[in-house]
Amino acid sequence: MKALRGWVLPIALVLLWWAAVRFGWSSSPLLVPPEKVWQTAVEQITSGKLFAALGASLWRDLAGFAIGASSGLLFGALLGASRLAEKLLGPSFHTLKQISLFAWIPLLSVWFGLGDAAKVAFLSLAAFFPVVLNTFEGIRSVPADLLEVGRVLRFSPAQTWRKVILPAASPSIFAGIHLGLIYAWLATLGGEYLLVSGQGIANTMVDGREHFWMDLVLFGVIVVGLVGFALNWIASRIEARALAWRGRSVAQF
Amino acid sequence: MSAIPVARPSNPIAAPAVAAWRTLLPSRRTRLGLRDKLLAWPVPLAVLLLWWVAARFEWIAPQVLPSPEAVALTLKESLVSGELWGHLQISLMRVIAGFGAGLVGGLLLGVAMGLSPTFKGYVYPLFKAFSQVPVLGWLPLLMLLVGIDEALKIILIGKAALVPIALNTYKGIQGVPTRFIEVARVLRFTRWQMLSRVVFPAALAPIWNGVRYGLTHAWLTLVVVELLASSEGLGFMIVYGRQLFQLDVVLAAVVVVGAVGFALDKLLALVEVRLLRWRKEAF
Repeated sequence: MKALRGWVLPIALVLLWWAAVRFGWSSSPLLVPPEKVWQTAVEQITSGKLFAALGASLWRDLAGFAIGASSGLLFGALLGASRLAEKLLGPSFHTLKQISLFAWIPLLSVWFGLGDAAKVAFLSLAAFFPVVLNTFEGIRSVPADLLEVGRVLRFSPAQTWRKVILPAASPSIFAGIHLGLIYAWLATLGGEYLLVSGQGIANTMVDGREHFWMDLVLFGVIVVGLVGFALNWIASRIEARALAWRGRSVAQF
Repeated sequence: MSAIPVARPSNPIAAPAVAAWRTLLPSRRTRLGLRDKLLAWPVPLAVLLLWWVAARFEWIAPQVLPSPEAVALTLKESLVSGELWGHLQISLMRVIAGFGAGLVGGLLLGVAMGLSPTFKGYVYPLFKAFSQVPVLGWLPLLMLLVGIDEALKIILIGKAALVPIALNTYKGIQGVPTRFIEVARVLRFTRWQMLSRVVFPAALAPIWNGVRYGLTHAWLTLVVVELLASSEGLGFMIVYGRQLFQLDVVLAAVVVVGAVGFALDKLLALVEVRLLRWRKEAF
């Protein structure tokens, strides 16, 4: 019975919605019946419009994320491994980090235009910052004891990286990648709102808003939520698998 | 064993550990601190120089990259004329209103979910589903429902702050070690004493973390909402400059956005030191 509690509020909300339509509590055109949203969903899926829009968004999301996360890993590793690099580049990085992500968009649009290039550049920026920070912190917090053992065993630098530093820093690095993925999805939406051109799931929603198609907007909200959920889920599965060798920690009972 | 961990500077891995250890020595610390501060400057200065040279010799059109002097001048002018202050004030008011609403709502929701398993059972799944849709996913929906006025901005900023605050408050209260609660039971604390002397102090650090995240998200959201739908505020200043191809205005506003974000973060860090000071004094 207790497991069903979570369903009470959502079902009550849908019932309220349905009742509001059924008994005509409001004459606003924005009050669309739940069935209408369902019809729109079916229509969008069967006509392939959803997949075209979502495909375009996801492609950009992943391309930007791949660029941002891989350069973030390299930059974070550089900052983490070299004190000199940290002192030279760290303060500049931390200053740039303070600029709110979306403030970059107008500049990027001047430099890269309004097309996919600007969006991908923006997305990679969104993924870059959290990955750098967490990689850097992960490498910095590798316990000195482990490094000493590596030295006693006369590991080469390559061995030290592969067998000591990367495994010890991996939880933090994965946390950064996970965050980067979430930020990249947020930025995908933001990029499509602000750099209006081409296709994408956010463009679909903007379209729905401009035409007062509440059903399309609601459908968009649901799709965006599901994609966010799926990205989160995939990231935690990969994380769990990659870190399985660590065994269960006390914190995750 | 000949290879007892003696620092060998030739080993690249040894260097960070040794440097970290050395910075603990007080006599060298101040000298190193000064050197570190100086080392922070070459890169930004080089970038600034490159920027200046590129603008000076017009390697890049001034519409695409204005000179640093132009940006500094614009910044100064808008400060003197008061135009910037007006925008800044409006932006700050919005953040304060939205963040305040998110803070109160988030704390209430988090505390209720943390303290009552029944409430959590009913509300948590819906909350989780609600938080899966990023702030920007709600934007078109809210624009239809409440229009593009202040309400839109305050609701979105509030939502951005509410989610991390509620989640961290809930997790913080859940994570209070059971042994603390047991001690309090042994001491026959009343329910109020239990909450005010055990649960909240123990959960304060994660709650505060949530508050800091909340403020960061609120500021991020403010900028994007102002970029999308506003006729005043820092975000609007950016859009306006962009539309007129006055990149010096854009860059000046970006600098201010960064500075305010930095100041807000520092402010919370200062409060944190005061708020969590008892933790250090306890030992």
